Amino acid sequence: MQVEDFLELSARRYPDKIALTCGATKRTYQEIDRQANCLAYTLLAHGVDRGDRVAVYLDNSVEAVVSIFAILKAGAVFLTVNPTTKADKLAFVLNNCRAKALVMPAAKLPGLQSVVAAVPSLQCVWLAGAAARGEFAPGKPVLPLSPTLERSTLPADPPPKKCIDIDLAALIYTSGSTGQPKGVMLTHLNIVSAATSITTYLENTPADRILNVLPLSFDYGLYQVLMAFKVGASVVLERSFAYPHSLIETLIRERITGLPIVPTISAILLQLDLAAYRFPDLRYITNTAAALPTEHIRRLRQLFPTVKIYSMYGLTECKRVSYLPPEQIDVRPTSVGRGMPNEEVYLVDGEGNRVGPGVVGELVVRGSHVMKGYWELPEETDRMLKPGLLPGEKVLYTGDLFRMDHEGYLYFVGRKDDIIKTRGEKVSPKEIEDVIYSLAGVAEAAVIGVPDEVLGEAIHAFVVVRQGVRLTEQEVMRHCAARLENFMVPSAVFFAPELPKTSNGKIAKKQLAGLRLEQTR
Amino acid sequence: MTIRDELRRFVVENFLFGQTDHLPSDAASFLEEGVIDSTGVLELVGFLEQRFGIRVQDGDLIPENLDSIDNLVAFIEGRAASAA
Repeated sequence: MQVEDFLELSARRYPDKIALTCGATKRTYQEIDRQANCLAYTLLAHGVDRGDRVAVYLDNSVEAVVSIFAILKAGAVFLTVNPTTKADKLAFVLNNCRAKALVMPAAKLPGLQSVVAAVPSLQCVWLAGAAARGEFAPGKPVLPLSPTLERSTLPADPPPKKCIDIDLAALIYTSGSTGQPKGVMLTHLNIVSAATSITTYLENTPADRILNVLPLSFDYGLYQVLMAFKVGASVVLERSFAYPHSLIETLIRERITGLPIVPTISAILLQLDLAAYRFPDLRYITNTAAALPTEHIRRLRQLFPTVKIYSMYGLTECKRVSYLPPEQIDVRPTSVGRGMPNEEVYLVDGEGNRVGPGVVGELVVRGSHVMKGYWELPEETDRMLKPGLLPGEKVLYTGDLFRMDHEGYLYFVGRKDDIIKTRGEKVSPKEIEDVIYSLAGVAEAAVIGVPDEVLGEAIHAFVVVRQGVRLTEQEVMRHCAARLENFMVPSAVFFAPELPKTSNGKIAKKQLAGLRLEQTR
Repeated sequence: MTIRDELRRFVVENFLFGQTDHLPSDAASFLEEGVIDSTGVLELVGFLEQRFGIRVQDGDLIPENLDSIDNLVAFIEGRAASAA
């Protein structure tokens, strides 16, 4: 199976069903499939070939979804670039993967004309929104997208398939610790495998209606569309989560059954008076990107007692690793669960030997969802992908440290390089963060180790307080001292209006040490 | 300084890092222009409450009230009128 089959099979099975809602625009499966076929033929006509990279640089929109499937139907490889990406990084990504074509908003072309013109590989640019034919460089056409999608003279059937399932389907750029983004290479098989495992444990059905506020450039957001199309469900796409009350209204109006969130969203949602609303259709909430603080879990459980809450963990390199069965969330709120269906996970020590229950080790992931590597970065690839059980097989060394209990449930301890060693003791930043989150008025917290002559590393905490709340460093320390071993109490607490985030919404801890912040608020 | 000017200044200082020339037109959507995100909205609400003495309710957190300078001016003036 290939990823475009998700759409093609659902279009055959549920042609008139609304597949996608974006604001006032609704599209059926058949409409999206036909539009994607039109664009696929046009991509082919403009020289896009099997394996070529085509970038989608659009907000969450119908055009973005149609483009993704059109690129796949043409046998090419899609990459979704975050629409807030600035010129330099856009140029880097397009040049890095030698993109052959680009789909972008017409309104952004004037500001990016010189950037786009300077990418030698780029042969054609499609513009969403009001646009006219033209050229972005001599002999290189700019084409309006919307008439392309409505060309009735093209065949109704998709172009003949050229790919097999071990061909690349997507490149997803992730923020690397080294600074430059890295393109995670995913095959059709990788994506189909991950989507199958996840929709299995979420028990998705065609009756599901999923609200996605996460950008399609983030694999968590992208998969909401891919998985919904795989099972023939419906997706409501929002551009962002900026106006929280709009999300509440959409949840109710669209009778949403599935809501994927990240901890930042739960932090904002929990600031609202949710008890005033009823969400009778909501079946599940999923969380990933960073662990939900146990305090958030407790309050979400109170507010949504009948809703299944899935605490999950993953990384772009294999999409998803684990999920906590919802019935376990009250029993093991700090666990991110166990491996998902059709996947093996285990922990190893520094020498690569498997470790037993209770021992901290690096998580290793084995399965057909594990990436093929980083685009043209063989050394970085070799650090993450190492020989597995069978000849030629590669398994993913996540760089994340966990411990496992006797029943196989995983507990995140920290990044391999995130563990703080202070006074000779190993300290998990996560453990301290959980304690700080339990302090009333804390919206976000992050803890890092800072080099210190006496301690080895000193523990510094960075805290964002809720609107209108006043907290002092002493209050946070007092709260920690009452709940943690002495060596785990932060030596300094800094307050910030917000914490720097990676493009995937995780707190960018490496940037924290450089922040100059007031120490008492 | 008018309400409109104060709002423009707040947006420039807090979301545009002081780049006055990046300020979109008064009618333009903050979201579509990439001016604001979810934490930005919370900052904006804090400013409205502090500077204009408006109590912003959960139900007010919608783009119709907050997503452009024009919408904000109408929202603030509407509140002032209903309080008067």
